[in-house]
Amino acid sequence: MTSISSASPAFTGRDPKNRLYGPLPDVSEEAGYVEEHPKRVGFFTDTSVCIGCKACEVACKEWNFLPMDDAHGNRDVMGLSGMSYDNTGQLGANSWRHVAFIEQSRTVDLPMPSVGLPGATRQDSGPSPANSSEQSTVEAQASVLNAEALSEFDPQTAQSGTDTQIRWLMSSDVCKHCTHAACLDVCPTGALFRTEYGTVVVQGDICNGCGYCVPACPYGVIDQRKEDGRVFKCTMCYDRLTDGLQPACASACPTSSIQFGDLDELQARADARLATLQSQGVETARLYGRDEDDGVGGAGAFFLLLDEPEVYGLPPDPIVTTRDLPAMWKSAATAAAMMLGVALSAVLGSRKR
Amino acid sequence: MPGLGASFGRGGATNFLEDLANSDCIVIEGSNMAECHPVGFQWVMEAKARGAKIVHIDPRFTRTSAVADLHVPLRAGSDIAFLGGLIKYVLDHDLYFRDYVVAYTNAAALVGEQFTDTEDLDGLFSGFDPESQHYDEVSWQYEPEEPPHSGSDDPEEAADQERVDQHPDVKRSDRAQAAGSGGPPIPSKPKRDETLQHPRTVFQVLKRHFDRYTPEMVSQVCGIEPEVFEQVAQWVTANSNRDRTTAWVYSVGWTQHSVGAQYIRTASILQALLGNIGRPGGGIMALRGHASIQGSTDVPTLFNLLPGYLPMPHAMQHHNLDEYCADAAGKAGFWGNKRSYMVSLLKAWWGDAATAENDFCFDYLPRINGDHSSYRTIADMIQGKVSGYFLVGENPVVGHPNGRMNRFGLANLDWLVVRDLQMIESATFWNESPEVETGELSPDTIGTEVFFLPAASHVEKEGTFTQTQRVLQWREKAVEPPDDARSDLWFYFHLGRILRERLKDSTDPRDRPLLDLTWNYPTHGETADPSAEAVLREINGVGPDGRALSSYMQMKDDGSTTGGCWIYCGVYADEVNQAARRKPRGEQGPVASEWGWAWPLNRRMLYNRASADPDGKPWSERKKYVWWDEAAGTWVGDDVPDFEVDKRPDYVPPPGAKAQDAIAGNDPFVMQGDGKAWLYAPAGLVDGPLPTHYEPVESVVENALYKQQASPTIERIEGPWNRENPRRSEVFPFQVTTYRLTEHHTAGGMSRTLPYLAELQPEFFVEVSPELAELRGLTHGDYATLISSRTAIEAKVLVSERMRPIKLGDGQVVHQIGMPYHWSYSGLSTGDAANDLLGIALDANTHIQEDKVSTADIRPGRRPRGPELLDFVEDYRRRAGVASGRVGVNGRAPVEGSTGETQTGS
Repeated sequence: MTSISSASPAFTGRDPKNRLYGPLPDVSEEAGYVEEHPKRVGFFTDTSVCIGCKACEVACKEWNFLPMDDAHGNRDVMGLSGMSYDNTGQLGANSWRHVAFIEQSRTVDLPMPSVGLPGATRQDSGPSPANSSEQSTVEAQASVLNAEALSEFDPQTAQSGTDTQIRWLMSSDVCKHCTHAACLDVCPTGALFRTEYGTVVVQGDICNGCGYCVPACPYGVIDQRKEDGRVFKCTMCYDRLTDGLQPACASACPTSSIQFGDLDELQARADARLATLQSQGVETARLYGRDEDDGVGGAGAFFLLLDEPEVYGLPPDPIVTTRDLPAMWKSAATAAAMMLGVALSAVLGSRKR
Repeated sequence: MPGLGASFGRGGATNFLEDLANSDCIVIEGSNMAECHPVGFQWVMEAKARGAKIVHIDPRFTRTSAVADLHVPLRAGSDIAFLGGLIKYVLDHDLYFRDYVVAYTNAAALVGEQFTDTEDLDGLFSGFDPESQHYDEVSWQYEPEEPPHSGSDDPEEAADQERVDQHPDVKRSDRAQAAGSGGPPIPSKPKRDETLQHPRTVFQVLKRHFDRYTPEMVSQVCGIEPEVFEQVAQWVTANSNRDRTTAWVYSVGWTQHSVGAQYIRTASILQALLGNIGRPGGGIMALRGHASIQGSTDVPTLFNLLPGYLPMPHAMQHHNLDEYCADAAGKAGFWGNKRSYMVSLLKAWWGDAATAENDFCFDYLPRINGDHSSYRTIADMIQGKVSGYFLVGENPVVGHPNGRMNRFGLANLDWLVVRDLQMIESATFWNESPEVETGELSPDTIGTEVFFLPAASHVEKEGTFTQTQRVLQWREKAVEPPDDARSDLWFYFHLGRILRERLKDSTDPRDRPLLDLTWNYPTHGETADPSAEAVLREINGVGPDGRALSSYMQMKDDGSTTGGCWIYCGVYADEVNQAARRKPRGEQGPVASEWGWAWPLNRRMLYNRASADPDGKPWSERKKYVWWDEAAGTWVGDDVPDFEVDKRPDYVPPPGAKAQDAIAGNDPFVMQGDGKAWLYAPAGLVDGPLPTHYEPVESVVENALYKQQASPTIERIEGPWNRENPRRSEVFPFQVTTYRLTEHHTAGGMSRTLPYLAELQPEFFVEVSPELAELRGLTHGDYATLISSRTAIEAKVLVSERMRPIKLGDGQVVHQIGMPYHWSYSGLSTGDAANDLLGIALDANTHIQEDKVSTADIRPGRRPRGPELLDFVEDYRRRAGVASGRVGVNGRAPVEGSTGETQTGS
């Protein structure tokens, strides 16, 4: 019988090169599925066709019975984030899909009003306008004219219309299901494991809430629930895959921004899509997580972005945090040996005395 | 949908969503399709992937704009000027599809000599009566082909009929919506000049009418720069010809204006000129607001319609069945069979009791005697004219404009039944609404007895949805409804059953209509749910042999057939529930004709005869769809032909032909009396045969085109609870537009209580530009107060460059405030109700409210609480020169002024 290890090949003794990073042709086999196993699956999220409907977020929560956000329905705690139409904020234990909304403007020299930091201040009560006396309508009208004066920026000046000046980027983020998953490497209980599909899944009934995986994730995906400290994240709907279904988010996506399938097929599709966009002059288009030589050996969930990863809140150059473990162990062993040597020589030396 | 009905003959989207993928250019205007119709939007994205240009024309930069090739910001309420500009562009540059226009539209028809245009009357058409604020449409008619003869042979009777037709009460009863499935009746086919040169041809009238809609005028009225206008015009015209098609998409961003029907008319004219109707990838896609809105006008919830767009009989006009059918007798087009449809309906309802001797129980039908539309009824409630009210799946105190007025209405009933999924504000208004806080509503003295009955949701009952493209889709019951929740079908069936039982010994003739109803639906299950399939079969209709009919062509006027909604006839053909068909996409052709069932007769694309040229050949190989197969002697193609399948393209009606026989083989618009698409509407609309730019009721700018500021036929409901902001008011200097977000459902009854949706948009906010924020000192994330003549509300502020000040051609800057309207005090996600800010002013064609544009003031901070709020708003009214808005307890006995009468005009 195949023995399945939850750890990276480096720790299974089957990895001749002691690899903790770099390309891995068959991640499932490396994990111990040496006999027949399904092809590695993944997500290709094409943000160029995302319409920000958040159906993925809702479908994910519906299928996985996730609780609502940390406010838990306490309406006094719920509030507008102020970050465009994003009120989810980030991936977390209760949000396994997160749609980011990024508003960009290419206009320069536009006098901007003092816009507070998004969500930085939330006043529960402001001054009542009833008491702030009558703001003179004359003043208001004058200001309307002033607004024109200060608005050298004219919304329609660009021949190509206004979308050259405003861009509203939307992107549905998710766990990357890394080729080299640090969360899995550091998990002491085996709660995190690599599935036969090459995905990374946490077993809630085994997790002991130690939280080692949280700082290990280079993307900040995995997160603890406040109640008991156990961690949760996207399972790529492991329970649906085993029944021959697609993950809930991909099923719900109306524009095929989230595509699910065999990873090699998705990679080919993504390469073609990128080429199409670039031939159409969308030079900022790029793939993220597609490169098998990147710091996590390529991601099982990768993206087509229209701007720098940082713009979407993604790390530009993620590196599996366990990459340097062997070197660190080596250094540690050297240090230990030296210390042992010093200790020994001290003891021996003292005996000589 | 009188805009589409009067233009093409049926008030439904001409094409279907999947067909958008075949478009070469898609213009989305008056719709935020990506946010409000995200599932259908996949076909727009598909078209884009195939190389189509996507243009979004909207006051706001939305999620639709984000994926469009071009977003064109325009001033809310100026679409007719923009579309009129495009019409002028097309005519000036000879970019119309000439062969199509001459053959398939009424461009060549001659308009009568009495007609005078708005260009000559400074914003009014001929026939306007300033006293009643109504048009007499007689002067708009065609010059008849033959000497005119009236519906009656007796001239005196005809004159009488004419007088009745023009009576204001009859007009208010709104016959315009009856054009939902059949163009308005016209007295005769017109004289024609196929060279289009005669000065009174529709074509020349059109040219003169739109002559002043220049790019500069577009810039002045809409705030669209001439360069951007030119770009849109180029894309649209370059993609509208034999080989290419452009689609127009709209939704409530067009209908919810005081001239909404005319917005749609303008697009109809443009698309007809460009030859885009009845062709793949073309058409006008009317997106309906929610799941079965199309169904709710087909089998209507409207006061003035019977099923299948048969008009509701009027007390003064229709004393018997003959009078009711008089306007259709002898007419061309399928409306010529009106009597068959009506008799079949009466037979479906009253079965054996309906006989030729008793006019098939025509007198059992209630009559209308004026405007009984939703908002008029609310005003009537305040005056104590309405005793009871059923609210089913609607939350008017949040979803209607002027929530305060709506609450006053509900507070003055004897009883109110609310059937809903949640305890919505329309059921709790008497105890929790803002007016309770201000003291205007007093729970102790409100006499309305409120019955709240939990309703089954769509997964807890069986039945059909008729969605945006007229497709009926059957759904099975997935789970039993919880506890006492029941379907609407259950409720009305058993209510009827109990009433009939109570009355079973009655000898009062007024109870006969109820007692004679066919009310024998089989029931099943523990809760005795009536069979929805039995209802669908009754709607379909049954022939003399007792078998389901397969087409409305089989309906007879002798009482031998039944049919609850003639346009749905065929949905149960061959005794099979055709709406339940679910053949996967991959197993059938591109039109997917075997998925559900579309009215009429499963035709997915309306007027598809127009996809072929007059000889029946496809206009081009690329855009072939339905064509004449000479060898087979039938029309063939991808879809069910929207034409009699064996009518030859060269068929010419013999003299005296009636109904469909009077439609020629090259007339694709089979529901119209003349078989043509109407560039000019000689009948069917109450506010003019051609669209004209008028400013919204509440506007911050002057009408640049005419002295007439707003539409002369606007319906107003006047009272202290519905004050109007004066136009160009310095007190209310900003435009407001309302809309929905993807995350919530309309008035919030289906989303604010759901955790997963509530957390995505957790509270009420308004969107403003950085310029307006600076101007008014508004801070991102803080509260602001918005004030109108109705009330003041507070909302969090979202400052975004997606909101843009609109700069008009003369330099005036118009600031627009965006205001999603989902919230009120109940549920997890809460806030003030946006609609409380709005007043009620209506399109006279549809009685639809103008809530896509109004005016307000905005200032930082929260609104006053309690009675202070009333003083605060009253002060604004005083400064704006608006009459007092104070009312007595529970909205009754106004402190001053108003009689609450409906007034029209500006």
